Amino acid sequence: MMHSRRRGGAYWLQLALALLVCLFMVVPVVLSVLAGLTNNIFIGVASGLTTRWLAEVWSLYRNTIFLSLGIALACLACTLALGVPAAYYMALRRGRVTRLIEELLMLPVAVPGLATALGLILLYGGWQAFRTSWVFILVGHVLFTLPFMVRSVLAIMSAIDIRTLEDAAASLGATRVQRFFTVVLPNCRQGILAGALMVVTLSVGEFNLTWMLHTPTTQTLPVGLADSYASMRLEIGSAYTIVFFFMIIPLLVLMQAASALGARARRHRPPADDAVAESLAGADPLPASEARHA
Amino acid sequence: MKKPFPLLLFALPALIVFVAFFCLPMAKLLAISIAGKDGASVYWTVLSSQRYLHSLLVTVLLSAAVTLATLVIAGITGTFLERNAVPGKALLVAMLTFPLAFPGVVIGFMVIMLGGRNGLLAMAGDWLAGERWTFAYGLTGLFVGYLYFSIPRVILTVMAAVAKLDASLEEAARSLGAGRWRVVRDVMLPALMPAMISSGAICFATSMGAFGTAFTLATQLDVLPLTIYNEFTNYANFGMAAALSVLLGTVTWALLALARWFSGDAVAATA
Repeated sequence: MMHSRRRGGAYWLQLALALLVCLFMVVPVVLSVLAGLTNNIFIGVASGLTTRWLAEVWSLYRNTIFLSLGIALACLACTLALGVPAAYYMALRRGRVTRLIEELLMLPVAVPGLATALGLILLYGGWQAFRTSWVFILVGHVLFTLPFMVRSVLAIMSAIDIRTLEDAAASLGATRVQRFFTVVLPNCRQGILAGALMVVTLSVGEFNLTWMLHTPTTQTLPVGLADSYASMRLEIGSAYTIVFFFMIIPLLVLMQAASALGARARRHRPPADDAVAESLAGADPLPASEARHA
Repeated sequence: MKKPFPLLLFALPALIVFVAFFCLPMAKLLAISIAGKDGASVYWTVLSSQRYLHSLLVTVLLSAAVTLATLVIAGITGTFLERNAVPGKALLVAMLTFPLAFPGVVIGFMVIMLGGRNGLLAMAGDWLAGERWTFAYGLTGLFVGYLYFSIPRVILTVMAAVAKLDASLEEAARSLGAGRWRVVRDVMLPALMPAMISSGAICFATSMGAFGTAFTLATQLDVLPLTIYNEFTNYANFGMAAALSVLLGTVTWALLALARWFSGDAVAATA
């Protein structure tokens, strides 16, 4: 519904507020990008633009970039292996037990990362080989991102009515495992893709758990960022932030494209189908806005 | 016929990992919190000691203030953007939601860019009055930072909820002579309430547990996540750190569960 016919003072006031909020969101980003490319931020942009801070970040922190990418991919592999079968189970067995499992799996997102990390350290911290390896960080990331994969896949399974597909395949004699790999997985591609993008994005940016779980030899990108903000000159911190932006922007663009694709696919389904899917669903994908570790 | 592959085996790996790396650590956390000389009354100590109570109060009040401010700002902006054909709307929405993916540390740095020693405000102050104004390193900085990460989350939810509003109800109210405010108060707000409550709860819980933002701005600020961190790393007071973590975790989880129960499960994930 558009009410553009009558643009009174209220319209302009609200527009001003919307623009102000946009500025609030964007100005610091622009400032930090500028600071990362400026010779001397104390003098200002007048001191000339340079890429030497980026080069410095590369020589100081490039290991953190690779470690973050590695952990994000490993985390993706783990959430795929653990989450997709779990979602399959939940889609077929909707009941009180499933509800409980779903609620439990959500806990690491609801409980602050600091608490989860403390628990992990107190229980496993004495096991040195584990404590000092990057796998320790991976465990935290898997806990935090698993619900996003599960919910994303579960939502698509409910929407396409996986039970009917399953029953059809079963009546033709396909075994459970055959059905999972040849019927369920191909039909859930969209949910898996959306979940995967979310998992990688969250893992690359995870800080609260990671800061507690990391050791000097296992620094991820956000940990390195915190370190550079605390101990390096402003330009280096800013240049490092540019690197982070460069890593997440493609992920966000892909996520947007994937969700647009999903929306179009949903629109092409007959409406009667939708009603059935809705009633069967009981599951929504977990949006990025629910990733509540800041 | 072969024995069928039990369905439960599909969920088993996830459950094992979950129990081993979440349930057991949480149980350990609880056990350590009551293992000190005070036993379970450590929780009473928290609620009666000046220091921890202050930290708890500051955290709750700050989070409540941020939630309230966010709901007002994001409520108006989200409704406006959803209802009006603003030129360049897609770009505006993209700008508003881009910071969703920022970790707390980066958000802290954004606040430093605005209100730090070499931030925008400091430069403006230098130019206008010859003194460098800063707000980043105190509670104001935290407030601005929490606002920064809360607004995008709430705006998305509000926009989705407004899109589902039945505009004919507003038309009806208007045709019956209701003014703009009455339509907002009596028709739109009640319909938006579930979305507001659930996104407000998310916003409050995020603010309560926000560690990265606070950590970047000032490690000595008196908010709960930093208190826990300092107890653990600086004072090696594991029992107290564990007790405070259990408290924080319980509060945020209960709040979110309550909001979800109150507003219906579906609403919590409409964005």
